[in-house]
Amino acid sequence: MDKFTTITGIAAPMPLVNIDTDMIIPKQFLKTIKRSGLGVNLFDEMRYTQDGKEIPDFVLNQPAYRESQIIVAGDNFGCGSSREHAPWALLDFGIRSVISTSFADIFYNNCFKNGILPIILPQDAVDHLMDDAKKGANARITVDLENQTVTASDGTSFAFEVDAFKKHCLINGLDDIGLTMEKVSAIDSFEKQNAAARPWA
Amino acid sequence: MPEPKSTAPKSAAPRTLYDKIWDDHVVHTSEDGTCLLYIDRHLVHEVTSPQAFEGLRMTGRKVRAPEKTIAVPDHNVPTTEGRETHIDNEESRIQVNALDRNAREFGVVYYPVTDIRQGIVHIVGPEQGWTLPGMTVVCGDSHTATHGAFGALAHGIGTSEVEHVLATQTLIQKKSKNMKVEITGKLLPGVTAKDITLAVIGKTGTAGGTGYVIEYCGEAIRDLSMEGRMTVCNMAIEGGARAGLIAPDEKTFAYCMGRPHAPKGAKWEAAVTYWKGLFTDEGAHFDKVITIKGEDIAPVVTWGTSPEDVLPITATVPFAADFQGGKIEAAQRSIDYMGLTPGMKLTDVKVDAVFIGSCTNGRIEDLRAAAGILKGRKMAPGVRGMVVPGSGLVRLQAEEEGLAQIFMDAGFEWRLAGCSMCLGMNPDQLAPGERCAATSNRNFEGRMGRGGRTHLMSPIMAAAAAITGHLTDIRDIMAETA
Repeated sequence: MDKFTTITGIAAPMPLVNIDTDMIIPKQFLKTIKRSGLGVNLFDEMRYTQDGKEIPDFVLNQPAYRESQIIVAGDNFGCGSSREHAPWALLDFGIRSVISTSFADIFYNNCFKNGILPIILPQDAVDHLMDDAKKGANARITVDLENQTVTASDGTSFAFEVDAFKKHCLINGLDDIGLTMEKVSAIDSFEKQNAAARPWA
Repeated sequence: MPEPKSTAPKSAAPRTLYDKIWDDHVVHTSEDGTCLLYIDRHLVHEVTSPQAFEGLRMTGRKVRAPEKTIAVPDHNVPTTEGRETHIDNEESRIQVNALDRNAREFGVVYYPVTDIRQGIVHIVGPEQGWTLPGMTVVCGDSHTATHGAFGALAHGIGTSEVEHVLATQTLIQKKSKNMKVEITGKLLPGVTAKDITLAVIGKTGTAGGTGYVIEYCGEAIRDLSMEGRMTVCNMAIEGGARAGLIAPDEKTFAYCMGRPHAPKGAKWEAAVTYWKGLFTDEGAHFDKVITIKGEDIAPVVTWGTSPEDVLPITATVPFAADFQGGKIEAAQRSIDYMGLTPGMKLTDVKVDAVFIGSCTNGRIEDLRAAAGILKGRKMAPGVRGMVVPGSGLVRLQAEEEGLAQIFMDAGFEWRLAGCSMCLGMNPDQLAPGERCAATSNRNFEGRMGRGGRTHLMSPIMAAAAAITGHLTDIRDIMAETA
């Protein structure tokens, strides 16, 4: 997993609320058995016509936003299906951080496993950053995970909360499974005790 | 035989059902409160697992507990005859073949399409007795919430977490908050478990449960059958909750008893003793409480493209201006996408298709309920209908009970088991602009096929829409019959 420290980049404004993972990556692209290559189909049905032509109005098709690294989104981003293909598609496109007032639980967790930082901020902060994002290439937003701040192009800075363990893993690009494997003796003893206490399980 | 582990609180503080299940599964707690939670059952399907198995292969890791890992293909599989030997769509075929290979190579429990027990993973788990009270159950699928109906802590996970569970039989978790959803009193005629779960989401919104595990309780929940309870918990995720739970009771034990993988003999007795301790203690703390009177719930449908867009069938299509904040734009987008006119009666909305099935409503009682309405009736001209049983065993039972014949006589297609049109990964899809009365769980844009329009409702409401060709108040049909 790629490490995440600080990024400065263009942010795409997506104020629509309840952007679900079916929108982020429609089902026909879930048939892959790989993690890579989904960026071209990110937001597919919002981004392309049925015959595959780009819809010019869609934010990521606009010249200013083709290189976006951040999305500033409406409430409850990533709701619906648990598909990790959603963060895979975002990452493959080049998105490293999504900022919103709220995220769906599974999507939020999936982001951290893929080097993407989801940031929860209050409505007024998201509104400020949304306005900034609408300036396109004229505004760059900086996300600093180490110091837990998002800074708009006018220098306004917003502090955000992040779970200490998730932050540690993201900054160091750590693999969860490797970390858990270090606790294998605790798992062994739990299993032994569990087999005695709840033999049906 | 050791004594079953006591569920007596470690402290004197009263605990919720969620607290109790959580406490009994903590393997390790870090200083910052991050826990390693033991997973009793890991359900696996073909869409969210290939990258996880590939990860194991690349790192030389094994599946830690293959006997607790249950795999079944459901999302991609066609629901037509001949699928045992060939799947036309190449990518679907590759994915199903990958599960086949992974299941055999890693030695996990497996129900291939050739097995009568194959079906939607969330229907197969309970049916085979894999899902039991007090367990932790995960699957790379958000509708894992279904299993909460047994008083099991069950939720969806991403593919990276699937790999983590395969390798370690644990999950890294922080505890959620407790939320109580109480449905008091009795339901009125024509109101079902589906109406309860939709009405709750209509009230709380799709993010209302975010950060919480919901415990559903109250007389109306206790009165539901196990299958109805599964319908309620199934859509907890649509309200944003990590999981939904219902405390196990005699109905739960009766449902589990005798299932192939339920305990037998002395183990059964020990299990029931333990399960009887799985309830929320008097005075336990809930961070959020929602109460709805059962009699206030009407038969409902969704009008928009979010499961929170719920209205009683007697209502009219809303105006975007009825909403606030970011929902105004979202509502206008939904109205446009759904091809509706604000102010029109919902009962005037014509449908082109009817879908009965899914992990929400693909069980035998759902089929019985729908068939009860359809018996001796025909689908309206021009409507296409599809019934997709949740498993091969549900299908067989429905055939034995004569339900299949009722559906076919009414003009429905009688299909093989799978997820089917609920997410349209297989050939069962809506055409652009086609409108469907569906018993499934998501009305998102494009969910059932690009441009397809989905109205969510109960099986009896879907059957009513099939008969009339438009969204219909089931109580009108029931009055005709009476």
